[in-house]
Amino acid sequence: MSTDVLICGAGRTPFGRSEATGRQLAVGAVNAALADAGIEWSRVRAAFGGSDSAGLADTLVAQLGLTGLPFVNVKNGCATGGSALVCAVNAIRSGMADVVLAVGFDKHPRGAFDPRPEDWGLGSEYGSDGLMVTTQFFGMKIQRYMHDHGITPRTLALVAEKAYRNGALTPEAWRRTPLSAEEILDSGMVSDPLTRYMFCSPGAGAAALVLCSPEAARTMDGPPVTLRSAAVRTRRFGSFEVFSPWIPGGEPTSVSRDASAAAFEEAGIGPGDVDICQLQDTESGAEVMHMAECGFCQDGEQERLVASGGTGIGGTLPVNTDGGCIANGEPIGASGLRQVYEVVQQLRGRAGERQVPGEPRVGFTHVYGAPGVSACTVLSR
Amino acid sequence: MATDPRSPAAGLQGSRCSGCSVAVYPADDACPRCGGPARPAALQGTGTLWTWTVQRYAPKSPPYRAPAGGFVPFALGYVELAEGVRVAAVLDVDDFEDLRIGMPLTVTAGAGVPRARPTTPGEEGS
Repeated sequence: MSTDVLICGAGRTPFGRSEATGRQLAVGAVNAALADAGIEWSRVRAAFGGSDSAGLADTLVAQLGLTGLPFVNVKNGCATGGSALVCAVNAIRSGMADVVLAVGFDKHPRGAFDPRPEDWGLGSEYGSDGLMVTTQFFGMKIQRYMHDHGITPRTLALVAEKAYRNGALTPEAWRRTPLSAEEILDSGMVSDPLTRYMFCSPGAGAAALVLCSPEAARTMDGPPVTLRSAAVRTRRFGSFEVFSPWIPGGEPTSVSRDASAAAFEEAGIGPGDVDICQLQDTESGAEVMHMAECGFCQDGEQERLVASGGTGIGGTLPVNTDGGCIANGEPIGASGLRQVYEVVQQLRGRAGERQVPGEPRVGFTHVYGAPGVSACTVLSR
Repeated sequence: MATDPRSPAAGLQGSRCSGCSVAVYPADDACPRCGGPARPAALQGTGTLWTWTVQRYAPKSPPYRAPAGGFVPFALGYVELAEGVRVAAVLDVDDFEDLRIGMPLTVTAGAGVPRARPTTPGEEGS
């Protein structure tokens, strides 16, 4: 068994719109994580981090302190935070460093992301004819899933309703006004079957973690949480991804399935052992499908589970207790570490109004994004 | 690649891997499954709707170019061809209410992205 890696500090900023730059938000999250661990920046021996579009993480040393530590930039789309975490874990297990920082941050302009067909190896006609729109992919993936597995639009609305309900209990969330399923269904169709309030919005925010070897953790404040595993995977042949002019026939493969299975195998436990999870919810349909792709239910079971409140705080499997991406927005580089931050708070029993009852012991996080990348973690106290 | 993948006269010009028989569209000279060489292949234009959505608002311009009369919502989806490949296409239907997964569609390649319309009786298997 390789060395345990412990999370001794976790910090985040409020998510949403901000006057601050992405880098300023990152400094805020790092300082919060250091304070949580009760250490100074000079105690950190290595750092990994990044953003998708808000600058280079290694430049943060100008504000944090020029201590000479190795600081590696990570740029891995929606898996940026997860990849930084994997690097931090390996730095500790290899003996490179005993106290390591992982940081993710971002700040995106208002509105949908703005991809260019040539960056994706596609002909310009895919842009000029209007097929370079991310929401189309999300609509088409859940449309097929609903057809195959009997999921109804009301379930999609209930997922978003829960997100806003949990967001209202999370001081740092962006969307903190509860909305009813009816309001969500009536909010205007964006990409059938998904309506406006079923989607997250690109936004700004940052999250950071202090990771330690067991020896270093003993010298720090606060109850540590064990990072049992962290796994990143890219898509295999047969997956259905955004901006695909074609996809192969047959049952689609899933990078989320692959990454979650790898994380559970490394942790030596299964989805049935998990008390609380954070799943990528770019929109309501993604949360529904990721519940099955990550092994928490069979395809189609979500219809009953969601309707019965099973995924709410106090349910059999609380999902996205901080409101997820739908209520926090999506600063790409920060989302993965925000999820870990939330699980750390829940496992420490410090999640305030949104605390899951019954002293949860095991948590799971999952991010997914273009062009077919997923990062998962398993945590326990 | 010598063949224009969007030549209307040529039908839907994809490619097929000589090793693992995977068909793709548009044509590519390498197989995305095994990395081996792929050859141009004409794909059958008829298939069924695998999934769909409707673009309800005007996409960002650029890159989007709205038609002369301005943006109107349009349907799009993936059409599963006999070769097994599912091709993204704009769906030319009279009424979005008519869209059904599994409905027979005929795909044609023109100047832009592939377009599909409901298959008319007698057209099947052409």
